[in-house]
Amino acid sequence: MLRVPLTRAVLAQSQRAGVLATSKRMQSKAPEKVEVFIDDQPVMVLPGTTVLQAAAQVGIEIPRFCYHERLAVAGNCRMCLVEVEKSPKPVAACAMPVMKGWRIKTNSEMTRRAREGVMEFLLANHPLDCPICDQGGECDLQDQAMSFGSDRSRFTDIDHAGKRAVEDKDIGPLIKTTMTRCIHCTRCIRFASEVAGVDDLGTTGRGNDMQVGTYVEKLFLSEISGNVIDLCPVGALTNKPYSFVARPWEIRRIDSIDVLDALGSNITVNTRTGEVLRILPRENEDINEEWLSDKSRFACDGLKRQRLITPMLRKPDGELEAVEWETALIGVAQAVKNAGSKVAAVAGSFVDAEQLVAVKDLLNRLGSELLCTEQKFPTSDGLSGIDFRSNYLLNSSIAACEDADLVLLVGTNPRYEAPLLNTRLRKGYVHKELDVAVIGPQIDLSYRHEHLGSNASIIQDIVSGKHPFAKRLKSAKRPLIIVGANALSRNDGKAFLSSLHSFANQLKPENSDWKVWNVLQTNASQVAALDIGYKPGVDEVIAAGPKVLFLLGADNEAINKDNIPKDCFVVYLGHHGDNGAPLSHAILPGAAYTEKQATYVNTEGRAQQTLIAITPPGMAREDWKIIRALSEVIGTSLPYDNLDEIRDRLEDIAPHLVRYGRLEENNFFAQAEQLAKSQSVAFQGEIDVKQKSLADFYMTDSITRASPTMAKCVQAIKKGQGRAYTY
Amino acid sequence: MLSRSKLFFPSIALNIRCFSKSATNMSDNLFVHRDTPEDNQNMPFEFNEENKRRIKAILNIYPEGHKRGAMIPLLDLAQRQHGWLPISAMHKVAEILGLPNMRVYEVATFYTMFLRKPTGTYHIQVCTTTPCWLRGSDEILDACKRKLGINVGETTKDMKFTISEVECLGACVNAPMIAVNDDYYEDLTVKDTEEILDDLKNGKQPKAGPRSGRYASEPAGGLTTLTSEPTGPGFGVQSGL
Repeated sequence: MLRVPLTRAVLAQSQRAGVLATSKRMQSKAPEKVEVFIDDQPVMVLPGTTVLQAAAQVGIEIPRFCYHERLAVAGNCRMCLVEVEKSPKPVAACAMPVMKGWRIKTNSEMTRRAREGVMEFLLANHPLDCPICDQGGECDLQDQAMSFGSDRSRFTDIDHAGKRAVEDKDIGPLIKTTMTRCIHCTRCIRFASEVAGVDDLGTTGRGNDMQVGTYVEKLFLSEISGNVIDLCPVGALTNKPYSFVARPWEIRRIDSIDVLDALGSNITVNTRTGEVLRILPRENEDINEEWLSDKSRFACDGLKRQRLITPMLRKPDGELEAVEWETALIGVAQAVKNAGSKVAAVAGSFVDAEQLVAVKDLLNRLGSELLCTEQKFPTSDGLSGIDFRSNYLLNSSIAACEDADLVLLVGTNPRYEAPLLNTRLRKGYVHKELDVAVIGPQIDLSYRHEHLGSNASIIQDIVSGKHPFAKRLKSAKRPLIIVGANALSRNDGKAFLSSLHSFANQLKPENSDWKVWNVLQTNASQVAALDIGYKPGVDEVIAAGPKVLFLLGADNEAINKDNIPKDCFVVYLGHHGDNGAPLSHAILPGAAYTEKQATYVNTEGRAQQTLIAITPPGMAREDWKIIRALSEVIGTSLPYDNLDEIRDRLEDIAPHLVRYGRLEENNFFAQAEQLAKSQSVAFQGEIDVKQKSLADFYMTDSITRASPTMAKCVQAIKKGQGRAYTY
Repeated sequence: MLSRSKLFFPSIALNIRCFSKSATNMSDNLFVHRDTPEDNQNMPFEFNEENKRRIKAILNIYPEGHKRGAMIPLLDLAQRQHGWLPISAMHKVAEILGLPNMRVYEVATFYTMFLRKPTGTYHIQVCTTTPCWLRGSDEILDACKRKLGINVGETTKDMKFTISEVECLGACVNAPMIAVNDDYYEDLTVKDTEEILDDLKNGKQPKAGPRSGRYASEPAGGLTTLTSEPTGPGFGVQSGL
């Protein structure tokens, strides 16, 4: 829990002071670059650059095990030794800052012999179990032994003394450990302590007895624990659910987008023979860096279970019966025709933009405007909180969150609602000058924060300037107010929106482009739905008493048996038989996010698309195509027949929906505030968040509820609560 | 020449490898924690009043933000108070310093002088490194084992004695030697060792230091240099200077 290593903090301070002092005298100038030569190629680098970074600038990759760009430098594997001219010994490239005029030789005799020696030492105690190791084929040690190791072995175990053996650790249901394979790079330890903020891993013992582990019997309880699997350069930490499943060369990799939280982390879906085997993160500096939350990584086995694979219609005796697509579509079309304009739709959390548009077009053609999302967002009659995007987006962007200096979290627990946003905040807290205050229940954010209280009246105090924290916000240079979508979905959500939004607009950040007002959405579909014109909250639908109701993967029980009319014909369009499907009279099986090319807009308003990794199971089809087919049976054909055409329609409605990967700037904060302010509601009661501890994190939606791995995690935590060292 | 050797030694001989490996020496300590009746986190551990004052003084040495520097002194205090270092003491130290427990485990397992399993009141550390071994440390170790009826790494039933075999303790000039807790007993014979152990058993505190009558580490057979009065200033300088 140490913030910055103090030396670094002091350095930063003195640097800042130095800059100030010099700027008085003269124009502050950037530190002069120094010239170094990597294999005789000259390169200009800033002083303080390490040899390894300088080499990377001219495209020379120095082999390494312990060094990682996003973690502190450890310098203990010695694989990156290189020769520096006039230096008697090879130097560790990852830890050595360059000096002016250095000639670095990354492929000289000395360098090659140093690498060979290091490799020999590493392999002397590394088991020769590549054939049964899950890392085989994507193992740094394997690859580097091939490239830089000796071509023959001097290892003769004539006494059969064996290699160093270390007992395996049980650190939970997600990570499988084989500690004899560990080469002590300490990446997992540094990740746990710097990024995850869970200081449970460390080295015990020393010399030949040193081992990486937890010392006591303990689970590695972190919401982003799976990343140590990617970090581990050998097969010591591997993916437990994926163990012995496939080899990397058998796998097809498809770039996609994660939808299990609203961040839209970039992922690579690994498939083989029409089955999602695992999900890995894909680098995107603006969103997930190179991390991935455990839910997004491990819930992929939920995509194989509880799936709706065939259309169904409810028989008069109440049983759901599997039918052909034709029968199902005719049945639904009949009900729609009979309903006239009393048709409504409710969108759940995994709905893509194409489907949202298709459903909206269909219902509008039928004369209905009853299109809602499951999650509420404050609106008021006529004047809506959703007319301006800036009202419901994380306006400042995810990447900018780490640059803030004061963050106020209201009614949200980013650690579990958006784990990778929380790592951003933690990054700002550890490496920069970021402070966090929370209004809501007492939660553990993995970094120190100020808890202002859980009563909603505190917001009133801050807004009116009575609370001492208001002064700090006003004097902050880059303040952020992040409000949870769940807080805004309360009955008094309007009060949150209007008061905090106008307060945010009063603040004067250093840079006038800095956006203070931020909403952290929890559903991947919410932003797209609001962009397209869905109304948040199901109240209107319930009040209208529709005759036909489309549930678009709406599984969070906003709609239930009691709040819809008895004679309402419910059509469930989705991929999992979860809470929504049992209500329905017709089930139209759709595709999950790995099975369709679809558009999702993340909480910062960035449109991204998933790609087809596998085909939908059974008779399931891409959702917008189902709607398109249905429209034809109903008799009002929607005017798009392929993906390009529906994307053109998307562009007509909102051009940003097809500008993939781009962050759309949001403005009109003042106008949005005016609209939101027009009606005020009083705050009431305590602020709560749904996900308070790690056990609440794993199973939150239809995919994760169907995932056995997620169930095992919850079980492990519940079982662990009785164990001595778990907490 | 080469062809002749090939004739005499078939081709295997030429492939002899020049790398030999002795058996790996591993510590006899365990570097993971196992709960035992004597050592588990539910055993309460609290520093006594005197040590609490000491802790305050120790912490004062370290500037704010660097309090973790006090970890080793605090662990040592805990070990001196308890006789060895139970896991609850490590937790206590972590709590005092505001560190994660793991950071304390790392330090406590790194240093061999932190005893993480129950240890007797008198921790007999017999040096068996080369100089002591040449001067008969094997006999000293045997004497200890015989006298106490335990093996290396074991503790007597009355929890009074533990024998450890240790590497060089820096008293080679007075070899062989043993260290009992903080005291060095040097220039030992088997008889001396037995006497020391007898005294300890009877609650007497034997005098620490060399047993051979030497004051410290001066030559055993009397001085071989510095035998005469030191010469005064200007000794041997040319008269002209």
